[in-house]
Amino acid sequence: MSDQIKLERNSEAAEQLTNRDYKYGFVTDIEADSAPPGLSEEIIRFISAKKEEPEFMLEFRLKAFRHWQTLTEPDWAFVNYPAIDYQDIVYYSAPKAQGDGPQSLDEVDPKLLETYEKLGIPLKEQEILAGVVAVDAVFDSVSVATTFKGKLEELGIVFCSFSEAVKEHPALIRKYLGSVVPYTDNFFAALNAAVFTDGSFVYIPKGVRCPMELSTYFRINAANTGQFERTLIVADDDAYVSYLEGCTAPQRDENQLHAAVVELVAFDNATIKYSTVQNWYPGDENGVGGIYNFVTKRGKCAGANSKISWTQVETGSSITWKYPGCILQGDNSVGEFYSVALTNNCQQADTGTKMVHIGKNTRSNIVSKGISAGRGQNTYRGLVKILKGATGARNYSQCDSMLLGDRCGAHTFPYLDVQNRTATVEHEASTSKIGEDQIFYCLQRGISAEDAVSMIVNGFCKEVFRELPMEFAVEAQKLLGISLEGSVG
Amino acid sequence: MLSVKNLKASIDGTEILKGIDLDVKAGEVHAIMGPNGSGKSTLAQVIAGRDTYEVTAGSVTYQGKDLLELPPEQRAREGIFLAFQYPVEIPGVNNTYFLKAALNATRKHRGLEELDAMDFLALVREKLKVIHLDEDLLHRPVNAGFSGGEKKRNEIFQMAVLSPKLAVLDETDSGLDIDALRTVAKGVNSLRSKDNAIVVVTHYQRLLEYIVPDHVHVLADGRVVRSGGRELALELEKEGYSWVETQAAGPAKTRG
Repeated sequence: MSDQIKLERNSEAAEQLTNRDYKYGFVTDIEADSAPPGLSEEIIRFISAKKEEPEFMLEFRLKAFRHWQTLTEPDWAFVNYPAIDYQDIVYYSAPKAQGDGPQSLDEVDPKLLETYEKLGIPLKEQEILAGVVAVDAVFDSVSVATTFKGKLEELGIVFCSFSEAVKEHPALIRKYLGSVVPYTDNFFAALNAAVFTDGSFVYIPKGVRCPMELSTYFRINAANTGQFERTLIVADDDAYVSYLEGCTAPQRDENQLHAAVVELVAFDNATIKYSTVQNWYPGDENGVGGIYNFVTKRGKCAGANSKISWTQVETGSSITWKYPGCILQGDNSVGEFYSVALTNNCQQADTGTKMVHIGKNTRSNIVSKGISAGRGQNTYRGLVKILKGATGARNYSQCDSMLLGDRCGAHTFPYLDVQNRTATVEHEASTSKIGEDQIFYCLQRGISAEDAVSMIVNGFCKEVFRELPMEFAVEAQKLLGISLEGSVG
Repeated sequence: MLSVKNLKASIDGTEILKGIDLDVKAGEVHAIMGPNGSGKSTLAQVIAGRDTYEVTAGSVTYQGKDLLELPPEQRAREGIFLAFQYPVEIPGVNNTYFLKAALNATRKHRGLEELDAMDFLALVREKLKVIHLDEDLLHRPVNAGFSGGEKKRNEIFQMAVLSPKLAVLDETDSGLDIDALRTVAKGVNSLRSKDNAIVVVTHYQRLLEYIVPDHVHVLADGRVVRSGGRELALELEKEGYSWVETQAAGPAKTRG
């Protein structure tokens, strides 16, 4: 085949894939109950009043806001974007509810349910019974419906929206809110602490193994709305929980800001598994629109033999800035980070993890798979810090990058800070171009170029996908295929 | 089945094939021999449609179709199989999954129903009886961590499952011990029929003791310098390739 024909074929295939529309780009038309744009103490008081919060919450927000005002936006990440006007963002938007909010699904706006159906969330109870997943669905800022709560309550498990937890379990919130990610942590964490509107709260009591995967589906709907949700999960001694988080946003030309905070606390022998599939709108092929995803996620292994495991599949957002980490405080505690980050077109991702070893014989395991296509820029940034007292600590890091095409970039910035001589730290990194010989091998067996790329990339990510719960792993593989637009080489 | 006429191909401006003629009929087995660098592997790759080579002249007709017009995946679906000299590793992709995808792509192209997991497994079991492939290899990623011999056996196993019309074996015998060689030969021979054709590219005569060719061609410097029957291979074995090289260099000298 001549070069000319080859070129034409490739660009044709690329075009077909590129022109594939963002599947979740629809807007639900519901009258919103919104705050005016801008950020001030008045807005924060408005949010707090709207949510009928106790005084300690307002205090927390105001302290965070005052601190935030002293901070400047960080610029060390390997990403480029125009300055964000924080006074142009709407910080509160809730779908109008009748009375005190829905008591059952029948009271929920059918349009909302329709939205969830398009997203493929089995919100109806009978469907959930079949799906064995309890969903706390966050629609913009207010949690609309929480299912399966009754069954979980029998076990003493608390799984509810953050607002509800503030009212029903103020002692727990007061104790753990900001205990892992203090509002002083960073610019976006401070912003979130000041204005967060909802999120999920999970408490697993001593010795309880949560019998189902808990799941939250986030979706940004109203235009120009920042979504600032906050998730707090506490697993008491010997408890176990697996939590899934999925994200999708409708298609828009403007950029939207998403600055979430997730805090996890695991006590003695407890395990928390936190899985994310992030598919926010990535912007179009010219980089117009898309979500700015600036997220702070951290878990504290407070107890001995506790374990926190992060698994993330990041295919969306125009900018991703995210470093889910673990503070390994308890002796013999384990932190894990499994990540797939894909950037295509003009997407930029600067993501990785922070593992801070404090306790003795603490272990951490990092597996990061970065895939860059189009003009995408993909950066792994990870910190492994072993403190003086962390005798016998061990870390293993593996960072693999795959490049599709020659206009994209992959970067790796590992930071190591080892203060204990008995520690073992291993770091392996590789960068590969998706092999022309691999694709030809597939073609020679009759497999199309698109299928070959999807197959090779999925194979590349296998170590991470196998950490995901089954239903998520299937979705993640499909997403990867959809997201690999125009990347056939 | 396959008709190659005055085929010229180059890579990065360097001409490798300098006018190849080859005619392969259904039911035949052809051996292509020659010293290193004579263009044997290039010919195999060009037939399969590798686009790193640029075809500058000549034609290739396969079952009445202009083969050079077809993209590589179409050639494969039309029944051309290349057993790679260096089978490629695809980490994380299950061998069986890969083979099922390949078979179903071909079946779909031919208007046949795609095989489901059960039917596919039955087919795999049947072919395993012919090619002694460690069943464990089926569940591992494609060629990843396979020994040299295992990779070659895997190629032949894929061939058995895909049952091509024209199989091109590119130095499948290199690096094989005698047992593996016999297995490979058994697999190839089981594909022999009056409807299929096989082209064996090899450096040594050894494989041809097990896969008996109908025709032998000797390549040197991008041209077929001699064609003959099976006895030609034996002659080569005795004489070595040095006489071939003088033959190839000869006409060039007179031209120069």
